[in-house]
Amino acid sequence: MTKILTGNRLETGDVLWWDGHDWSTRIADAVAIGDDGAPLLAEMIAAERINDPVLIDVTGTPGNWLPTTTRERVRASGPSVRADLARGSLSTEVI
Amino acid sequence: MYRYDHFDQAIVDARVAEFKDQVGRRLRNEITEDEFKPLRLMNGLYLQLHAYMLRVAIPYGTLSGTQMRMLAHIARKYDRDYGHFTTRQNIQYNWIKLDQFSDLLDDLSKVEMHAFQTSGNCIRNISSDQFAGAAADEIADPRPYAELLRQWSTLHPEFSFLPRKFKIAVIASDTDRAAIQLHDIGLQLRRSDTGDLGFRVYVGGGMGRTPVVGKVLRDWIPVGQYLSYSEAILRVYNRYGRRDNIYKARIKILVNELGIAEFTRQVEAEWALLEPLGLDAPQAEYDRIIAQFADPAYDLSAPDTLDLSDPDFAVWVKQNVHPHKQPGYAIATISLKPRRGIPGDASSAQMDVIADLAERYAQDEIRVTHSQNLVLAHVKKADLYTVWQALAAADLATPNLDLVTDIIVCPGMDYCTLANARSIPISQKIAALFENDVAQQQDIGELKVKISGCINGCGHHHAGHIGILGVDKKGEEAYQLLLGGSGAEDTTLAKILGPGFDENGIVVAVEKLIARYRSIRSDPSERFLDTYRRVGADTFKEAVYG
Repeated sequence: MTKILTGNRLETGDVLWWDGHDWSTRIADAVAIGDDGAPLLAEMIAAERINDPVLIDVTGTPGNWLPTTTRERVRASGPSVRADLARGSLSTEVI
Repeated sequence: MYRYDHFDQAIVDARVAEFKDQVGRRLRNEITEDEFKPLRLMNGLYLQLHAYMLRVAIPYGTLSGTQMRMLAHIARKYDRDYGHFTTRQNIQYNWIKLDQFSDLLDDLSKVEMHAFQTSGNCIRNISSDQFAGAAADEIADPRPYAELLRQWSTLHPEFSFLPRKFKIAVIASDTDRAAIQLHDIGLQLRRSDTGDLGFRVYVGGGMGRTPVVGKVLRDWIPVGQYLSYSEAILRVYNRYGRRDNIYKARIKILVNELGIAEFTRQVEAEWALLEPLGLDAPQAEYDRIIAQFADPAYDLSAPDTLDLSDPDFAVWVKQNVHPHKQPGYAIATISLKPRRGIPGDASSAQMDVIADLAERYAQDEIRVTHSQNLVLAHVKKADLYTVWQALAAADLATPNLDLVTDIIVCPGMDYCTLANARSIPISQKIAALFENDVAQQQDIGELKVKISGCINGCGHHHAGHIGILGVDKKGEEAYQLLLGGSGAEDTTLAKILGPGFDENGIVVAVEKLIARYRSIRSDPSERFLDTYRRVGADTFKEAVYG
């Protein structure tokens, strides 16, 4: 299963995904994490700037990731009951 | 209503300054998230699925217009223009930023509000009857006693690290509008044959993972001694509560493991030591607080009649207006369950409208109900039509109090990191079946549907006439169906009816339940709950599962 790295920005709580160089607010920008997942996660935890960093399972292809759990799909799209607050990088329709 | 004295304000100011310093240290990486997390939780700040969530305390659910206007300001300035009123009579904001949090706390403290003890293993916001001080059926206003509990429990050093969270509710009527038997401590104010006031004390009630109906610990404790008696209960719990297992740490588990007789013996023994120490408030302090909850200056010449010639107004009055103890006045409930809405949510513009109405027409008081609605407790009947028109213009006049579309719902997996399933969409789909036909809703009658997105039970599913619990079934959302709960004076716990459903299946099941109820009720006045109690579960099982 493909994994991507996600977390929440300390200052704002924003939901973020790791794009290979920096954190993005768009899941579409996420990169697949390979064998470097564990050290990358350890690095993020030690830096203490991203809360709850975690590797999650996704299907799809780069630019079109779809988390496998409803919880992560909700995080990526926004509340399913407030389409006006949707993040735009993933439609609430996929929840 | 109660106004802070300089002690109250000094406590809030000191705590705000302390937490602002802690926030600054976290933002500068001087403390880790592991160190910061318990500090922010003790100040009501959670990290949820999309952002930080702040829960602001509303003691016993009472607000002034100024306070409501500040809640609107916070929604507008620091959040996304709305707030969510909760089943603990509080308000939550879902999109808070940590780097703006210090300014937010300053704004809150300007109107005698804060967020501490809305999380953590401490005594939480004291809840009460939303009709307190106005209800025709109460023997006295219970809020002075709730306020004294608030003062006693605020930053209480001995009870800041309890085995688990602790919830207290206070009422003063035989009609229970605060679910006191489902609290860690439930207090019912009563009057003796000789005219004295005292409390019946329930202990060990609660919902969540292990739902339990509270037991009567004492049938009578004089009002002058309820504080030391409460302290004795907390001491026994603090000493022996199960700190080794979070799922067994609530007082209800201790009461069940010891048995009510032994638990009572231990509390009485502790109280015998405590009571002589003079912990209870002097009469002057009771008098000072009670005076702040004195009745407003009623217009004694206010007419006690209503013009119900507008049929839409008449429907709203029938459903959402209750008798007031003062002739010429009424209690109006503002439904936060509009068509296609999210239960408990209010926009900042709506909060401003309610603040204005409270100041102009309701003695500057607003109440939050545990059913996620709001109340204007003192409205002249002569002003009621004007109030209704203003509410209707703001989509706040849905006439559905206690009907099938007045659903209690937790935020569920649309917001909450603990949730296993979404709950708001389920409520919207159930409401959609009935919300366009008020007459049909009224024909169905009182029907309390309550939905939680996880076993923690913030949506009170165990107290629902129809309860729904969201669960995780191999990564998919699923829903259990429960029947027969009540959080009123006839408290019972709902029981699971049978196998669970998917999102659409649970909605169909509820529709079938209601259809079966209407076909078998003894007469139109028999409530769903009463029919269930009369005939049992089998016929409803047959209706749902075939």
